Amino acid sequence: MNYEIIVVGGGHAGCEAANAASKLGFKTALITANIKNIADMPCNPSIGGTAKGIIVREIDALGGLMGKVADKSHFQIKMLNNAKGPAVRSLRAQADKITYPNNMLKELQSIENLDIIEAMVEDIIVKDKQIKGVILENKQEIACQALILTTGTYLKGTILVGDTKTPGGPHGEKRSNFLSDALKREGFTIQRLKTGTPQRIKKDSIDFSQMQEELGSPEPLTFNHDFPACYIPSEQEKCYLLYTNEKTHEIIRQNLSKSSMYGGYVEGVGPRYCPSIEDKIVRFSDKERHQLFLEPESKYYDDWYLQGFSTSMPYDIQEQMVHSLKGLENAVITKYAYAIEYDAIDPLQIKASLETKLVANLFTAGQINGTSGYEEAAAQGLMAGINAANKLRNKEPLILKRNEAYIGVLIDDLVTKGTKEPYRMLTSRAEFRLILRHDNADLRLRKYGYEQGLITQEQYQKLLNKEQKIAELKEFLQNNKLKITPEVEEAFKSQNLSVSNMSLSLEQLVKRPGITIVFLQQFFSINYPKDIIEQVEISIKYDGYIQKTYKEVDKLLKLESKQIPKDIDYSKVKNLASEARQKLQQVRPETIAQATRISGVNPSDISILSIYLKKEYNKNE
Amino acid sequence: MEDTICAISTSLGVGAISIVRLSGPEAIAITNKIYKGKDLTKVESHTINYGHIYENDKIIDEVLVSVMRAPKTFTTEDVVEINCHGGIASTNKILELLLTNGCRLAEPGEFTKRAFLNGRIDLIEAEAVSDIINAQTENSRSLAINQLTGELSRIIQNLRQEILSLMANIEVNIDFPEYEDAEEITHNVLKPKLKDIKAKLLEILNESNNSKIIKEGIDVAIIGRPNVGKSSILNSLLEENKAIVTNIAGTTRDIVEGSIILAGIKINFIDTAGIRKTEDLVEKIGVDKSLATIDKADLVILVLNNNEKLLPEDQELLTKIKKKKHIIFVNKCDLSSTLTLSEDIKNEIIRGNTIEPNGLNDLKKAIVEMFNLESFSQKDLTYLSNARQISLVKRAIKIIDEVEEQLNNEVPVDFLTVDIKNCWDLLGEIIGATYKDELIDELFSKFCLGK
Repeated sequence: MNYEIIVVGGGHAGCEAANAASKLGFKTALITANIKNIADMPCNPSIGGTAKGIIVREIDALGGLMGKVADKSHFQIKMLNNAKGPAVRSLRAQADKITYPNNMLKELQSIENLDIIEAMVEDIIVKDKQIKGVILENKQEIACQALILTTGTYLKGTILVGDTKTPGGPHGEKRSNFLSDALKREGFTIQRLKTGTPQRIKKDSIDFSQMQEELGSPEPLTFNHDFPACYIPSEQEKCYLLYTNEKTHEIIRQNLSKSSMYGGYVEGVGPRYCPSIEDKIVRFSDKERHQLFLEPESKYYDDWYLQGFSTSMPYDIQEQMVHSLKGLENAVITKYAYAIEYDAIDPLQIKASLETKLVANLFTAGQINGTSGYEEAAAQGLMAGINAANKLRNKEPLILKRNEAYIGVLIDDLVTKGTKEPYRMLTSRAEFRLILRHDNADLRLRKYGYEQGLITQEQYQKLLNKEQKIAELKEFLQNNKLKITPEVEEAFKSQNLSVSNMSLSLEQLVKRPGITIVFLQQFFSINYPKDIIEQVEISIKYDGYIQKTYKEVDKLLKLESKQIPKDIDYSKVKNLASEARQKLQQVRPETIAQATRISGVNPSDISILSIYLKKEYNKNE
Repeated sequence: MEDTICAISTSLGVGAISIVRLSGPEAIAITNKIYKGKDLTKVESHTINYGHIYENDKIIDEVLVSVMRAPKTFTTEDVVEINCHGGIASTNKILELLLTNGCRLAEPGEFTKRAFLNGRIDLIEAEAVSDIINAQTENSRSLAINQLTGELSRIIQNLRQEILSLMANIEVNIDFPEYEDAEEITHNVLKPKLKDIKAKLLEILNESNNSKIIKEGIDVAIIGRPNVGKSSILNSLLEENKAIVTNIAGTTRDIVEGSIILAGIKINFIDTAGIRKTEDLVEKIGVDKSLATIDKADLVILVLNNNEKLLPEDQELLTKIKKKKHIIFVNKCDLSSTLTLSEDIKNEIIRGNTIEPNGLNDLKKAIVEMFNLESFSQKDLTYLSNARQISLVKRAIKIIDEVEEQLNNEVPVDFLTVDIKNCWDLLGEIIGATYKDELIDELFSKFCLGK
């Protein structure tokens, strides 16, 4: 048996990788230990969230599946940060844990070039530092030209509850025992990471009347750029907000020694942004209460996800903890909270294309690279799929820059800074977030999707039309003024808006607080669609800040253009701090800009490096 | 950075002793080649050695040579300092001998640059080194030394920390919008916080104006009609203080008649020759010059003659100095009084003559009080002290001004983070914590040769 590209693992990274590789024309196999777990959501029942929602938009803009599938599979969707600026708005959908994987599987099964194989991969075949294939548990060999590993938490996965450790995946499935050893054999540094998930509660046992309702947004919203919303906003399911109390905290404090974390049973490093409840109570002991959310997992079964209550306490303590919560006094726990430890590689050992530095044509994506989250995984899967294809068709890899996409920030962070805890995307990681918005993902990235071959001519034409309309509306606003008539005055007054200085162009008027294009449209015979108006209005109202960001982008691109020769010998650069020298040696940044982002490399090291490069490499300039 | 550099690190011809400094791996060996005394390659580190510099068999100078081995030296390299007699000829000769024996002449600021690049000092400290070299009074020296020990760096770091935690809080609001654990930074919360940060920056800036006084002194113009006794007042002031009476270039690019030190601060008397010449040939030029002098001076002393009536020219000068810090000195009070002055300027007047010390002492006291000079020697001198640092703080303040304006325009907080981050970066530039590509080379090219 042989394939051009093999993807190992059927999670969110694997699905996108398999989709991209096969749609780009390569004979692809997706090997998963269990077809039932394709696109499984073992943790929270949601897709998106701050920053993550923008990643899903980017995946869609590039031609990936996650956005499209999520739109068909949720029972609530919400625009987060709606009250804040447009740059930090982000979608989050409560996805149905049955529907989403089903819809994803359907998508994958409809792809001609793609085979889905149910098997456990235990080893990789490497010859002359190049990937040649995989070996299954039954010793069968499957040859390939490129391999994408998206193994999630299954590499030596261990489930932890209290002081008990059970080898296995999130649902108690078989784990991969030998693959991480194979990677170690090839020279990879393996690190142990940890993540956790909270309890699931039986719906009938919850007294929702004690909790506060959390509703979806009232207007129809979608991740994808091509199809309208296929749900009725008023019929969305509710989520609920509840709080911990002093009794909960007391139970936790008294039983701290029984928690795997505090009892010292855990070796993996957990994420700071997703602390267990015992962690929250120890670290923020002055807080009287912590928020928790109850979210439905599916329409097809009765489990509700208790977000914010993740813990590694033993079952009996978990019972006490849950029952101390208001509305959950009689709750039935259908699944206890657990922590999971797993092997990951050091992402400093992969390139920005997600190909590993050690083995040619071997790509890695998702949790194996040290990230956390469905969206982060999917984004890497998509890029690994595209770039494995590019490798085989002798094309340059697609590497998104930090000023182009959150996906660019994600991958650059991983391969430049590495990570010691599961990496989650945050808007604060993106220094250019004002231009990396939810609303402009297609304007930023569709052209790349089209160039790569994942976006159709029809989709691309739609983008071009949109760009044209945006330009048209901008021009209209620049070239027109508002005549003051009694109706205009009346309309302004009713909105509490001043009618002074009306000789300005409409563009100038839009800069004023409170004046929107929709409001001005009524005085002219124009009627642009919402997405066009949104783009133009943001570009006018926040022009000053967007220009500032572009200036910063220019600075970055200037540093980004300062290439560091691939053959540089850092031991010859005198006076570098030893930590900086070691880090530079390890990361081998391609540009000065990338070097500035390596932690442990200080500004003075960068000056020394720049001076060295000038002296050694630009002698003739 | 493997070569050995050398330079004369004292001002040529000024002191009785000149120092020629070397830094680099060959510093000791090269010196040893032209030195007779103990074998310098064998002496202990941080020792001073007596001997002679020779050219072939000819003695050039009698010298003390300090040998300091890496890494505990200013540049962290081997450093040698040759203390020789201060004549221009012999100092230059020693430099020349070092150059012919394998040293390279240091570029301006190269010793400090090496210290910085070798991680010995941070940027602000590097700048302080150049200040110490140029310091002329005890106060300015201690200001520079304070910077060298990192006091200012610490203050800026604290301020950056404050801005950083504000930014972190905003980021938490954005990334975890549904969590109540962090305070929501709304416009109303942001306003007082920014005001506070701005106040602290303004304080640093205000104090840096003081730092200008410490480093450069106070420029005083003595003006008045001819023959009211300006020159004799000046001479009495200068002679009594045994001050430098040669014409030396002042920092304001004016010709300074001479300087005295009052309460540790340099008082520079600016030449007002222009006014003296007004009655001669070039009347217009003279008037212009006097106006310009009044304009530039930190303090104007108008001298009037007690023995004469107030003339229209006096009246004119009285009007001109109104907007400036000024003192009216009524001279020749040992003679009979025919001068009448209006009551409202009574407090601005000091009376005296150049024969008895009392009046001039009152004048000096008035200057000390007017600029609160006593306070300088008591304060912790931790101010920003050069144009680069001051302009960075000014830019940071300007950014906060802009943010405050945008707050009124209802610009969302997440946009304002762009400015707040920028402010943080600017402060980082002061202490070299933010990487600026061209900064380093530009900075070091401005340093004086030698250090």
